[in-house]
Amino acid sequence: MNLEGFKELMKDGRFRFAFIVICVLAFMSILSFFSPYDPLRWNVVPRDKPPSWPYIFGTTSQGQDLFWQSTYAIRNSLTIALIASGISRVIAVIVGLVAGYKGGRTDTVLMAINDSFVVMPLLPILILIASVIRENLTMVMLGLILSLFGWAWDARVIRSQILSLREREFTYTAILSGTRTFNLVIKEYFPYIIPIIFATLINNMIWAVGMEVTLAILGLSNTEIPTIGTMIHWAVNYQAMLLGYWWWILTPVIISIFLFVALYLLSTSLSEYLDPRTRIQRIGKAKE
Amino acid sequence: MLFIKRYLLPRIIQFLVVVFVGITIVFFVPRLTPVDPVQQVISQITSQGAFMDPASVDALRKSLTEMYGLEGGMFQQYFAFWGRLLRGDFGPSLFQFPVPVIDLIMNSLPWTVGLLITTTVIAWIIGNILGALAGYFKNKVWAKTLDNIAMVVRPMPYYIFALLLLILFAYLIPIFPSAGGYSVGRQIGFNWPFISDLIIHSFLPAMSLVILGIAANFMTMKLIVSNIVAEDYVMYAKAGGLKESKIAFKYVFRNGLLPQITGLALSLGQIFGGALITEIVFSYPGIGTLLYGAINSGDYNLIMGIVSLSVIGIAGATLIIDLIYPLFDPRIRYR
Repeated sequence: MNLEGFKELMKDGRFRFAFIVICVLAFMSILSFFSPYDPLRWNVVPRDKPPSWPYIFGTTSQGQDLFWQSTYAIRNSLTIALIASGISRVIAVIVGLVAGYKGGRTDTVLMAINDSFVVMPLLPILILIASVIRENLTMVMLGLILSLFGWAWDARVIRSQILSLREREFTYTAILSGTRTFNLVIKEYFPYIIPIIFATLINNMIWAVGMEVTLAILGLSNTEIPTIGTMIHWAVNYQAMLLGYWWWILTPVIISIFLFVALYLLSTSLSEYLDPRTRIQRIGKAKE
Repeated sequence: MLFIKRYLLPRIIQFLVVVFVGITIVFFVPRLTPVDPVQQVISQITSQGAFMDPASVDALRKSLTEMYGLEGGMFQQYFAFWGRLLRGDFGPSLFQFPVPVIDLIMNSLPWTVGLLITTTVIAWIIGNILGALAGYFKNKVWAKTLDNIAMVVRPMPYYIFALLLLILFAYLIPIFPSAGGYSVGRQIGFNWPFISDLIIHSFLPAMSLVILGIAANFMTMKLIVSNIVAEDYVMYAKAGGLKESKIAFKYVFRNGLLPQITGLALSLGQIFGGALITEIVFSYPGIGTLLYGAINSGDYNLIMGIVSLSVIGIAGATLIIDLIYPLFDPRIRYR
């Protein structure tokens, strides 16, 4: 995307909001590198302090500063989400390309597997996997596991795109003029696929963060590592709500709501921007 | 015959593939890890201070191995697992020892299924009606307001949303009970006090699922309808002077509903996952709470039983929705 496209996007209020929120969150996750506290150590600050200077988000019953803890949490949650969605994109693209381009029996078999992953109740299966691995579940591991389950829906989308591309004139022209399949796919098809990859990447990140939160709250991931999920886990575990430490539970909840809404708005405004039909409408509106 | 071959058969095969893939994952995942469940249980017992001589440890190991179905090679175990599954035998619960897993699941199942069916149906109907209207009258203020609300609610994971509702309506404004399926000590029966108690207790969990479900259905239906409105045949209908209500219901809404039926079938797995979380947050006595307890006590057999059964159940429900689909879509006919 170029600067022009970015300017165009910034006219959309939803995108502007999402962009600002993501920037703030990204800034916070960078701040974590300058944190004065080790996130794994307890009792480094006074306990149970409501938000006040210098603990602007308050402190926990474990004696941790919520602000600095949340910078780590955002960084780790985003890392997990990026690993999960990055790898699952690779799987989705490969499956979608092969199924769409080869067609026939390959397509039938791949789509049968694909559809089973779409329909399957993933949460119970993830719970089973996580409960087996438990404490050994590192961030990278969690990202990998999530990526193994998060590709199916998007592979179908990519496949349908390839199916329609394969019927276009330029495919025949390319094949008849002797372009190799690999080159055809990379040079001709990829430009069409990249917008889909981006839009689904963001959606997949939402899903991955949500799954991380869910598994952490159930106590199924490594609760030592600060993530948005484990922050909520500890707050719930220490009965923060009943004891009136509202800031403890609200910090991760509010951060996650901002993160989810921002990512979601980013994906809808991006996919609307990239969708040729709505683009025509927009140009029409601008002319009126 | 063509219908059976073209429509029925692929769907039944798909159902079998889903169950096969799911059960295979359920079987192999615990075995791919270095954790030995037998050794785990034994060390759990010994760490609780009970003294055992080596002979009784060996005896225990043998009986546990047999009980878990861990005898023989990997594939032998795999086939044995399928055999037991088909008989509905998931072995005994490890935590509440001799009680069979299937009994525990059957006790919790009505709660979850009841909650799930009620909320899914309500959310599907309301969400689609609102979405259809908002898509048809795209530029009205109320349509845009609804859209904005849905846009904030939609991306939230179930847990966060349920937690917010719980904080709001059980702690800050305590109008609903914060936990349980019915009041402690109340007699279960088919009478008004019990039913009203049931409704009050399940109101918040149901609400969280319904609101999120409405938002999800609303968003997709609105998108579908606003695309259909721009189609040529709707333009022709308008130009031909057909009544507005006829265009809306017969041309637009009916066509918009078709992908939503498929969508319902495809999202069942997710809805089920959401219901599990909801139950855990509100301590509602269903499968989710059972699963949570099983996770906390490390009750392997129970977890495997619940997961296997949910894979079969969701795949089955999807198959049923798929099979009644031709009733709604005039383009697919029974031949």
